[in-house]
Amino acid sequence: MAADSSENLPKPLGLLAELTHRCPLGCPYCSNPLALDPGRSELDTPTWARVFDEAAALGVLQVHLSGGEPGARRDLVEITAAAHSAGLYTNLITSAVGITAKTLDRLATAGLDHVQISIQDSEEKSADHIAGYDGAWVRKQALAAEVVKLGLPLTINVVVHCANISRIETMVDLALSLRAARVEIAHVQYYGWALKNRARLMPSREQVEQAVRQVETLRQKHHGRIVIDAVVPDYYARYPKPCVGGWGRRSLNVTPAGRVLPCHAAEIIPGLEFWNVREHSLGDIWRSSPAFMAFRGTAWMQEPCRSCARRDIDFGGCRCQAFALTGDARATDPVCHLAPNHDEVVALAALQDDMPYAYRRISSS
Amino acid sequence: MTEAPPSIANDSRPRLPRGVRLVHNEAQGGWVLLAPERVFKADAIATEIVKRCTGAQTLAAIVDDLAKTYSAPRERILADVTALLRGLADKKLMEL
Repeated sequence: MAADSSENLPKPLGLLAELTHRCPLGCPYCSNPLALDPGRSELDTPTWARVFDEAAALGVLQVHLSGGEPGARRDLVEITAAAHSAGLYTNLITSAVGITAKTLDRLATAGLDHVQISIQDSEEKSADHIAGYDGAWVRKQALAAEVVKLGLPLTINVVVHCANISRIETMVDLALSLRAARVEIAHVQYYGWALKNRARLMPSREQVEQAVRQVETLRQKHHGRIVIDAVVPDYYARYPKPCVGGWGRRSLNVTPAGRVLPCHAAEIIPGLEFWNVREHSLGDIWRSSPAFMAFRGTAWMQEPCRSCARRDIDFGGCRCQAFALTGDARATDPVCHLAPNHDEVVALAALQDDMPYAYRRISSS
Repeated sequence: MTEAPPSIANDSRPRLPRGVRLVHNEAQGGWVLLAPERVFKADAIATEIVKRCTGAQTLAAIVDDLAKTYSAPRERILADVTALLRGLADKKLMEL
C-alpha cells in the first residue's frame, strides 16, 4: 500500500475503550483475552482523554466505554466527561455490578449518552450461575430502573448459548419490562474464554435455527416497541460475518494497558505488532501500525477469498477465527461453506459436554 | 408499490429522543444520525427534515416550511416526511 494513500484510508466510526479488565463477574464467554491486563498496567485519566481527542480527530463518532467492568475504574466519571468533551457519543457497556445510582447520576451529568446492560438469563438462578456471581441479576434490574429514571436510553444485551437459548422470548419480555428501547440477542462468538468453554456453550443447529425464526417472530410482534438486533452464531452460517466491518476499516479497540487492536480478539494472532497509545498517537497507529496494515484491504487474501465475489462484502470473515481454527490467520474463515476446512467446523460444533464452566478471571501470576 | 405508512397527526411535534442526535462530521463526509450503538448517514432530504424535528414545530408546520423552502407540492412533501418519520420511529430514533 502506498504511503501517501491517506486520502483513501478508511475513517473509523467507533472506538471500543476497554478501560479495565477487572470485573466482578466471571462469564465463561467473556470477550476479553485469556491473558488479562492487571489493574496496575491501566492507562491513566489524562491518557484516555488524549486518546479520545485523537479519536475524534480521526473521524470516530462513538466511544464504547467497556471493560471488564468499567465501573471498576474510580475515574469513570472523569473519563466519560473527557469523551463527551472530545465530542464523542458516549456509550457505557456495563455488567451493572459496581455502578451505583449515585455514580450513574454523575455519569449522566458528565454527558453519558446511552447505557447497555448485560443480562445473563431471564431466570435469576441461572443468570447468577452463568455470571458466577450471586445477586448480579437483582442488581442489574435495579440499575436498569435507574437508567430509565434518569431518562437515558437503555439497551439490554443478552448473550445466547445452550443454557438460555430456549428463553429468548422471556429475555425479550424482560427487556421490555425494564423499558429498554433496544435489545441485543448476541449469540456467543467463540474466541478466548468462549473458545475455552465452547463444548459447554455451543447450541445445536436445530436450537440455533429455531432461535433465528423466533427472533423474526418477536420482531414482528414488538414492532415499534423495542428494536431487536441479533448477532447470529456463525458456526452454522453459510457465509462468514464481515468481522468488525473489515479489518482496520471501521473501528479500533484500545486495551486497558493502551495497546491498539483492530478487534478485541486480535492479540491471539501470533506475530502481529501492536502499537501502544503511550508511544504513538492514535492517528499514527490507525494509519501505519503493522497490526492494522496486516489485513487491511484484500491484498493479503488467499483462495478461495481472493477471487470471491463476496470479498468486499465479508472481507474473508474473521482473522481471529481463521487462526483459532486453522492455525493460519490468512486462511478463509472456516465457517464459510467455501472454506477448505469447513467440515472441521461442523464437527467442532457437534462436540458438546456438560463440564463446569471455566469462569474468566485475572490470574494471580 | 409498498403500502403507505400510517399517517401522523398534524399537531404531532416530532423530536429526536434522548440518545439520538444529528451531527455534521467532516471526516465522515456529511450529516449523520448518532444513536445507541448505531450510526446512520443522513442524505440531504433526511437532514432537512430531521433538523426541523426539535419538538417545537408541529408536523403541519414542518411540512409547510419544507414545501415553501423547496417550492414543492405539499402532498408530496407530506408523504416523504411521513415515510421518513415513521421509519425512524419504528427504529426508536424519533418521537412522534
